[in-house]
Amino acid sequence: MSTVSRTVAPDFSERSRQAIGDEAQRTGIRGAMDFLQSKRKAQFPDPQELSDLRDLGAAIRRYALANLPELLQQLEARLTANGVQVHWAETPEQANALMLEIAARHQARLMVKGKSMVSEEVELNHAMQAAGIEALETDMGEYIVQLAGEKPSHIIMPAIHKTKQQIATLFTEKLPGVSYNDNVDVLIQIGREVLRKKFAAADIGLSGVNFAVAETGTLYLVENEGNGRMCTTVPRVHVAITGIEKVVAKLEHVALLNSLLPRSATGQAVETYQNFINGPRKPGELDGPEEVHLILLDNGRTQAYADPQLRATLQCIRCGACMNHCPVYARIGGHAYGTTYPGPIGAILSPHLLGFGAAYPLVTASTLCGACADVCPVRIPIPDLLIRLRNEAQANPQAARKALRDSGAKHHLLLTLVWRIWALLYGRPRFYRWFSWCASRFGALAPRHQGAWTHTRAPLIPAPRRLRDLLPQQNRLD
Amino acid sequence: MSARERILARLSQASASEPQPLPNLEHWQPRVPPAGSAERLALFKELMRSAHAEVHDTDEQTWPELLLDLARQKNVRTLLVGNGTDSVARLQSLDSETLHVMSYQRPAEQWRAALFEQVDAGFTQAKSAIAATGSLVLWPSSQEPRLLSLVPPIHFVLLEAHALHADLREAMRVEQWATQMPTNALVISGPSKTADIQQTLAYGAHGPKELIVLLCHSREVSP
Repeated sequence: MSTVSRTVAPDFSERSRQAIGDEAQRTGIRGAMDFLQSKRKAQFPDPQELSDLRDLGAAIRRYALANLPELLQQLEARLTANGVQVHWAETPEQANALMLEIAARHQARLMVKGKSMVSEEVELNHAMQAAGIEALETDMGEYIVQLAGEKPSHIIMPAIHKTKQQIATLFTEKLPGVSYNDNVDVLIQIGREVLRKKFAAADIGLSGVNFAVAETGTLYLVENEGNGRMCTTVPRVHVAITGIEKVVAKLEHVALLNSLLPRSATGQAVETYQNFINGPRKPGELDGPEEVHLILLDNGRTQAYADPQLRATLQCIRCGACMNHCPVYARIGGHAYGTTYPGPIGAILSPHLLGFGAAYPLVTASTLCGACADVCPVRIPIPDLLIRLRNEAQANPQAARKALRDSGAKHHLLLTLVWRIWALLYGRPRFYRWFSWCASRFGALAPRHQGAWTHTRAPLIPAPRRLRDLLPQQNRLD
Repeated sequence: MSARERILARLSQASASEPQPLPNLEHWQPRVPPAGSAERLALFKELMRSAHAEVHDTDEQTWPELLLDLARQKNVRTLLVGNGTDSVARLQSLDSETLHVMSYQRPAEQWRAALFEQVDAGFTQAKSAIAATGSLVLWPSSQEPRLLSLVPPIHFVLLEAHALHADLREAMRVEQWATQMPTNALVISGPSKTADIQQTLAYGAHGPKELIVLLCHSREVSP
């Protein structure tokens, strides 16, 4: 079993440096990102269709958020009528306590898990292990990552950082009676055989939720492997855990959102399995869980919700397209971020989950190139939100509205002063002329060590002649 | 106050956004195939096959024999079927020395080990199908339980050719899903697969390794 460390990241820049120094991993991630980008592109040949779909996708998510309290109550009422037990958790600790309570009631020893990022977010495996319950990941990628004692590096493709040779070695070391073979089909069949025994033996199945439908009380889950169906059908008890933002109003909204989700995520037209779960086993039915639970988690989401601009963060449908197209993610990979959700979505979501104390480096880990916003299927303006979060983090703690956890935590007097001076110089032509004249005359005095900039780059030294001096000369020559 | 009340209170206190109209999907034109049913069927078959499923044309009279042939080719010795339907009765009459046709009649937990280890193939009917994505719609029931289409390594599906919808939304509307959802509804678009190791596609991750569609062209709907 893996022993995972508690999330909070020691040093983002150190981890990024290490990631950039790892040639093999960089090649792997770059290759995977190129692959996913081209597959997505091929899925949307018609830009008008894509644009219309994104408008509708965004409208569906905005509608759901605008009516979130009512829809959550409708969802709860419908699910309860269907026989599903609904629980609410404000914090990861509460979510884990609910889970442990259910497990204890059934004397559970083994829990099989379908891919659930929210269970990663609350570090459920950790809590289960502490209580002596084996929590086994069953998504092939997550199973591999767990066997290696690591964490997923991508929300859709968790083992994207590993080669088949590394996986073959891992299986040889960890699984009794397995000899080295790096054929992908063989590796998958090994995983299948191990995990089928676990599915048959498990007491509890845990899953995430892609969308929860208020109209019908439906938990909608998509996947390719079938482990999600196993986890939600074979064990006596099924527990689904999700963030409070995952609700949609109408069943047919799911049909539209799913024409965006797999195409944006992995560039496939549709997933192998779309699983609509409406309740536990009814009298006379011969399989399916006897109990179905849903845990609705807040964990900072209400903070994002409270702000009209930051609320857009919750539109996310977790396709991962923003990371697949992010130049920063493509170079450092998911682990460097040190948080459950990496990449651009991780950067705008994590401050609400963890506070700026832990999540601020993520907010700065962006070039603001805008690729994430261009591909987002529900039109989240990610760069705008990043700038807003940077401002919130750097706001003067006295003046800050304190609306966000750790607002002003990154306030820096010198930085504030530098920007004041910059605004003064660049806002007034006469000052600017004087400043640039000084810079060109005394440029030779510029320091050769300019902090992080000169670690990998030549120092910035002002040119001896300004553009405004050179241009008139140029014009005379013409 | 409970966690529920505190969460709902925080959400309700948040400043209301601009009112958002209920999105109107009427104008949404999904990537639907051409209107003709023959073209739609052709697209369905093409997409299913490109997702690594087999599609065989057959009719009301001959599909059990076709299934028998395919089962023999694939060395199926135990075929799991549902209970209480006409199709099941027809398949049970094919029970022989070489092909054991076994009916799913007891709760799964009473024979879980056998279900996981001794069944080579499962048989279900599809409720309908979707042309735009090449998908089958299954509504498992007490007659055709959920694990029948999941645990056996091979999944045979009988589909009436006329039960084809343009897309998922149309299936939801025509079949009125919103008012009569079963315990579990499924949309299946191929055999189980994964690309989790180096983006290399492999079939048979946890569910069926093979999905075999018997496309029944007769218009007589079996009761």
